[in-house]
Amino acid sequence: MLLSVENLEVKYGNIQALHGISFHVNEGEIVTLIGANGAGKTTCMHTITRLPPPEAPRVIAGDIKFKGESILNTKPSDVVKELHLALSPEGRRIFGNLSVMDNLKLATYAREKDADLDKEYDYIFNLFPRLKERRNQRSESLSGGEQQMLAVGRALMTGCKILLLDEPSMGLAPVLKYELFRKLRQLNEEGMTILLVEQNANLALRLAHRGYVMDTGNIVAEGTGEELLNNPEVKKAYLGG
Amino acid sequence: MLRRYSVHLILALSGGLIIYMADQEYLSLYVMSVLMFMGVNVILSTSLNLVNGYMGEFSCGHAGFMCVGAYVSSLLGVWLFAKDKVFGAAVLNPEYALYAFPFIILAGGVAAALAGVLVAVPSYKTRGDYLAIITIAANFIIISAIENIGPIGGSRGFMGMKRLVNSMEDIIELPWMPIWVFVFTVFSIWVIRRYVSSTFGKGVSAISQDEVAAEIMSVNTNKIKTITFMLSSGLAGIAGGLFAYILGYVNPGSFNIMKSTEVLVMVYLGGMGSLSGSVLSAILFTLMLESFRFIIPVINDLAHQIHIISPDYDISQVWRWVLIPLLLIILMQFRPEGIMGNRELGDVFPWLKKFYRFK
Repeated sequence: MLLSVENLEVKYGNIQALHGISFHVNEGEIVTLIGANGAGKTTCMHTITRLPPPEAPRVIAGDIKFKGESILNTKPSDVVKELHLALSPEGRRIFGNLSVMDNLKLATYAREKDADLDKEYDYIFNLFPRLKERRNQRSESLSGGEQQMLAVGRALMTGCKILLLDEPSMGLAPVLKYELFRKLRQLNEEGMTILLVEQNANLALRLAHRGYVMDTGNIVAEGTGEELLNNPEVKKAYLGG
Repeated sequence: MLRRYSVHLILALSGGLIIYMADQEYLSLYVMSVLMFMGVNVILSTSLNLVNGYMGEFSCGHAGFMCVGAYVSSLLGVWLFAKDKVFGAAVLNPEYALYAFPFIILAGGVAAALAGVLVAVPSYKTRGDYLAIITIAANFIIISAIENIGPIGGSRGFMGMKRLVNSMEDIIELPWMPIWVFVFTVFSIWVIRRYVSSTFGKGVSAISQDEVAAEIMSVNTNKIKTITFMLSSGLAGIAGGLFAYILGYVNPGSFNIMKSTEVLVMVYLGGMGSLSGSVLSAILFTLMLESFRFIIPVINDLAHQIHIISPDYDISQVWRWVLIPLLLIILMQFRPEGIMGNRELGDVFPWLKKFYRFK
């Protein structure tokens, strides 16, 4: 088990957002968390990445373990640096003023100086050729899909071993959505572990090895992607009949 | 060759020229003091630009840190090297004053940097308008504290620094104050340039863009905020120290919120996040402020001649504080990005790149 969340309960002020959820991610897997708005998916991601308040909630019970060790006391900057766990946040949050290349460069902020970065830039540009074409353009001038690719590329450039994706399909046209998900599968086949949070349950479950269904701070169903796709309850609640 | 040494050459020439002219007394004392205040203003505006421009926070208590630097270096200098009614006889032989002077100024900077922690720590969790209020509060705290310390003069101020300046000139007969102002101005610009163009400094602009995204990209935002605030206020402290020695007199009233606003105006006039912009605007602003000294009497005479104001009313110098804010309004209306925007000299005049690498 690479990452495990155990009976996690968190609060924003007085409002409890997660009521003791447990899930785990094995090495080399794609695991997805699906659920409606307000289910606690993003809260979960922010808690794992240890973002400082006000973004991250207060953990009141439970634990988050990385390779068996609790990471609740890890500084957010060390989550990336030492645990190699990178988040591509909801809404992309790229640095709009900077060029595509500078965005990628910023992601290498905490990496060792002797890392062979050129190879990794090439890898990203191979994965997303559009980024290469636009490498010197200001990133806010990219289309939504390209920005999402940049957000994923930026997360990869941190040298991560686990990629956390928060709603990567948000605001993308269907064609772009499929393209992005194909790239994610390719990444996974090359060894990347992915934890994916999605609204688009259908697409996410078809990509993922395993999935968890969340509802108002609880996990209500779990199973392999196929099981969940065929689960009548899930079908009724999230897949539209 | 030229590309590499052009800046060194310009600095050496301009520095040499100023010092030569001051030494030969080609320039009047008035012109000299305007030039020196120009240097102080350059340090102030570039250092505030570090926080307001590059880091995107809103600090409006810069004069408070300047005040800390001014007082610490004044007190230290007078205690060590001059006879004073508060401290008694000089602790060290005034012959060493010249060599100790840069360290006295730097000590003021260090003290101001420590005072900067007062703002840096709250900035971990607050930003924007709320942080602006905290910086104003910090400014008030510093001013009021000094006003209430009787032995160092309280609100009446503190003097005696001229004696130190004189003893420097006794050792080697050179106009030392212009030299030190020049040296520290160049030093500040160099430090800021190195800082923002370093890899570490890239984190500063990441914070201004999106703090959460910066954190996700492994930028330790708290550490960067602490260092940036401390560097910015430390440089303000250096400016304060120089200011105190130029005037030979400090009082807390000259570092109030009005002074902080003046620095803010310079930063916005030059352009946020443009180093050359804030250097230019500091120079322009100083010239503008001084030019009103001559323009206002002319306006006054003119107004009297055409009888639009009563003969027993004179337009006084106070009116420049009506005209300067008015200019600020006009600036914000027609060129909100300031003189340079976020560009540097090299972006505006590409031919300059022949002489110097800007990035």
